[in-house]
Amino acid sequence: MTAVVNQLPIGLSIAAVLLLVALGLTVTFGQMGVINMAHGEFIMAGAYTAFLLGDLLLALPAAFVVAGLMGLALERGAIRHFYGRPLDTLLLTWGVSLVLQQLARDLFGAPNVQVPAPSWLSGGIGILPYNRLFIMALAVAGVAGIWLYLTRTRLGRRTQAVVQNRRLAATSGIDPGRVDMLTFFIGSGLAGLAGVALTLIGPVGPALGTYYIVDAFLVVVAGGLGQLRGAVLAAVGLGLLNSYAEFWSDASLAKVLVFAAVIGFLQVRPQGLVALRSRALT
Amino acid sequence: MIKRNLPFAAIAVIALVAAPLLLEPFRLSLLAKYLCYAIVALGIGLAWGQGGMLTLGQGVFFGLGGYAMAMYLKLSESGGGLPDFMVWSGVEELPALWAPFANPVFALTMAVAGPVLLAVVLGTLVFRQRVRGAYFAILTQALAAAMVILLVGQQGLTGGTNGMTNFFELFGADLADDSTQRVLYLVVAGVLGVLYLATRQLVNSRFGRLLVAVRDGEDRVRFLGYDPALVKTVTFAVSAGLAGLAGALFVPVVGIISPALLGVVPSLELVVAVAVGGRQVLAGAVLGAVVMGYAQTTFSEQFANGWLYLQGALFILVMTLAPKGIAGILGRLRRARTA
Amino acid sequence: MRTPRALVSALLLTTLAACGSPPSGSGSSADAQDEIKVGVLHSLSGTMAISEVTVRDAELLAIEEINQAGGVLGKKLVPVVEDGASDWPTFAEKATKLIRQDKVATVFGGWTSASRKAMLPVFERYKSLLWYPVQYEGLESSPNIFYTGATTNQQIIPGLDYLKEQGKKKIFLVGSDYVFPRTANKIIKAYAAANGMQVLGEEYTPLGHTEYSTLVNKVVQAGPDAVFNTLNGDSNVAFFKQLKSAGVSAEAMPVLSVSVAEEEVKGIGVDNIAGHPVAWNYYQTTDTPANQAFVKAFKAAYGEDKVTSDPMQAGYNAVHLWAEAVKKAGTTEVEAVKKAAGGIALERPEGLVTIDGENQHLYKTARIGVIRPDGLIEQVWDSGEPIKPDPYLKGYSWAGGLAEE
Repeated sequence: MTAVVNQLPIGLSIAAVLLLVALGLTVTFGQMGVINMAHGEFIMAGAYTAFLLGDLLLALPAAFVVAGLMGLALERGAIRHFYGRPLDTLLLTWGVSLVLQQLARDLFGAPNVQVPAPSWLSGGIGILPYNRLFIMALAVAGVAGIWLYLTRTRLGRRTQAVVQNRRLAATSGIDPGRVDMLTFFIGSGLAGLAGVALTLIGPVGPALGTYYIVDAFLVVVAGGLGQLRGAVLAAVGLGLLNSYAEFWSDASLAKVLVFAAVIGFLQVRPQGLVALRSRALT
Repeated sequence: MIKRNLPFAAIAVIALVAAPLLLEPFRLSLLAKYLCYAIVALGIGLAWGQGGMLTLGQGVFFGLGGYAMAMYLKLSESGGGLPDFMVWSGVEELPALWAPFANPVFALTMAVAGPVLLAVVLGTLVFRQRVRGAYFAILTQALAAAMVILLVGQQGLTGGTNGMTNFFELFGADLADDSTQRVLYLVVAGVLGVLYLATRQLVNSRFGRLLVAVRDGEDRVRFLGYDPALVKTVTFAVSAGLAGLAGALFVPVVGIISPALLGVVPSLELVVAVAVGGRQVLAGAVLGAVVMGYAQTTFSEQFANGWLYLQGALFILVMTLAPKGIAGILGRLRRARTA
Repeated sequence: MRTPRALVSALLLTTLAACGSPPSGSGSSADAQDEIKVGVLHSLSGTMAISEVTVRDAELLAIEEINQAGGVLGKKLVPVVEDGASDWPTFAEKATKLIRQDKVATVFGGWTSASRKAMLPVFERYKSLLWYPVQYEGLESSPNIFYTGATTNQQIIPGLDYLKEQGKKKIFLVGSDYVFPRTANKIIKAYAAANGMQVLGEEYTPLGHTEYSTLVNKVVQAGPDAVFNTLNGDSNVAFFKQLKSAGVSAEAMPVLSVSVAEEEVKGIGVDNIAGHPVAWNYYQTTDTPANQAFVKAFKAAYGEDKVTSDPMQAGYNAVHLWAEAVKKAGTTEVEAVKKAAGGIALERPEGLVTIDGENQHLYKTARIGVIRPDGLIEQVWDSGEPIKPDPYLKGYSWAGGLAEE
């Protein structure tokens, strides 16, 4: 019985991982409609930053900046030419992700590298180790930070204005190009944070991004385009589903069930859990 | 009409006559492999280029076709006994799912009907709900990911990660024999030619124009009284059928089918090939598949690590500088010359 | 829809280009008199590159050594290196290319079972020869393959013997979802039933899986004496990290791994895996004169920080064993080499190995090691003498029914 009860916090900790990897995507995909397939490689960049610095706390801000700058470069260099063409961006960023993976292989070597976990994270409460609690705390902090940013700061409100009506925002004196840059910087930076956190529980290697990218997209799609609330709910739902499905069957079946659940769910609510109402025609 | 079909005829002659004469058997079967991919690309060109549906799960349909064919080949060789991988996996009697695949007609029908059916179900569900664009792309990608996990997990039924390999004969002909491979090449090339003409006919028909209209303004088409979901589902099903048939041809040519061939990455690679060739015209899709297949073989023979860079870079370049792909560049060159 | 004429010309050109395949290697070169081409086929890109690149390095080192010593039959060995790209059909394609176009005398290559299964029909079809250097799940004995890694009775069964000697009665099986773990676990269950051991659970995760909290929960709740681990690649990193942070120690619940060697320890993090046992036939620390020379030569060629592992050593051995067989046969002709190979015995880094002419596997000494805090592996147990290879486990009464053909 304890095992069944244990699955609840485990589900929540899986949810935290999902949320963390998807958080940056809800910002870039949700706010800007850009499908960034290189998001996984920004996560990888964050993890390698932690490897280079060798210190977790130091790595968090550093990874945010490193991944953020990579995102910025990508946005300025390529993506900005593709606004309004999400499918083309998807393929373009996939090309970028291929190049980044191979680059990591050439820079750091193909084998996984080791990022030592800080000693203050060894141990735990009940079934949850401290490093899982740390990831959960980081996810909560990330959500809170984004929420505060979007609703409580000038820049954030400008971002929302651009998302809701780009032209109107531009005529009111907001520079949409700068808002795009900033949004992409933040979204990619969040991927960097996720990368640092993932070094605590998983491998750090060139393939790191590929392990999380599909799950991250599922969370965003199930949650509803760009809806922070939706992403949180979707992550928790998928985390718990994954945890209990794996507990009662096995890991392979649990994964397939999660896919099936998302596809099925979109039948009921094609716009995701929390939909932005719009009267716009295509 | 005759003039328009002249280039096609020229290519057909080269592909059907010159290539088998000039190429070493090993290279010829590689070309046959590229042509199998070209059939899948044709479907992607139709669904994405004409219909605007970016399908990132074409590998699933390709795989279904391939597995159907592989099941037939395995059964025809074991003569009703258990296929080799089932013995290793500890399966004691033939699963009921397998039994009908001993019949080649059933297997070949399923290779096409299976993918079509899946696409119809998926398309009906998805397009009715007006899921489109990026959502559709991600859903099909998730489908590819789920399919791989499913196939790998059912080792006794599918051969797991290994997939199925070690085929000896097809309809009594020795698959190892160079002349069999030559015939197979001719079959693949012929099928591709016929399918290309048929697809082109479809695109030029009323249906094709409706499809383009749906791509460019789905709601407007709906207001005109058409059902965009139906148009899209039919197109998606056709492209799935093409992929399934390609998979069925691929297995005897290459001699293996495994989950690695139908996952997220190979599905995306085919889309990349179509984009590089030029998605606006069907011939561009075919060209892209052959060019990228050839480039991959050549590059990996020269320098292994370079291929990923090249593939990525090529793709970034094509998307940013020449969104219409090679076909677009060539078209522009020609216009510049005639102008 | 109109097809631009230029596009047509492009199609023509590609078709022709495909016809005029790259000139390199087609046909035999003029100086073929004094050289022998051998194929080296491993994944140099993709997920498996992590493991296979080092095996290629070891094989190239062996080829270099043989050339330094004057070659084989007075001819120099020329390696033709191809990339399997971690993709099984590519392995089959490149094997065909090596055999048919480059006309190599033999091929050293492969790592995953899937890549071997994909290449097998190619080597049988063209009556060529493959040397496969990795431990595997047995139940195979192709006349065109030499297996220089362990089969199950040289790794899995000794691992179980070790656990039994340590008094571990209740075990839990954890593996990646593919052929090797599933076959290994079938053998383990049969062994357990015959030896009074109890299997508390059997879990598989997809390849590349990284979320192990649920699985760790299941294992901890079952409370086994030991875990038998057949996870592959990156999954090991996630599993050991998450096991460690769940507070499971190597003393309380040792995890015996059969796919973790010196190479992988670094990526997992020594802290996370130190003290856990592994089962192989060779470690960098194995104390033989041949090994001292091998480790020294390898570090000299590829860098002081490099480690050597069992599959690398098996690949290195494969080249030397083949050269020995060619010398004995006096030709590189496949049938003659096969005939000459049987019974060849050499002192290798792992100790004495002998080729079993019947099933083309090697007699090998099984060794259990424990991972040290410095990342190397220290031997704690061995089988005393080389074990006769038995890929179909015919010599084990409890294994009846596991291995019918």
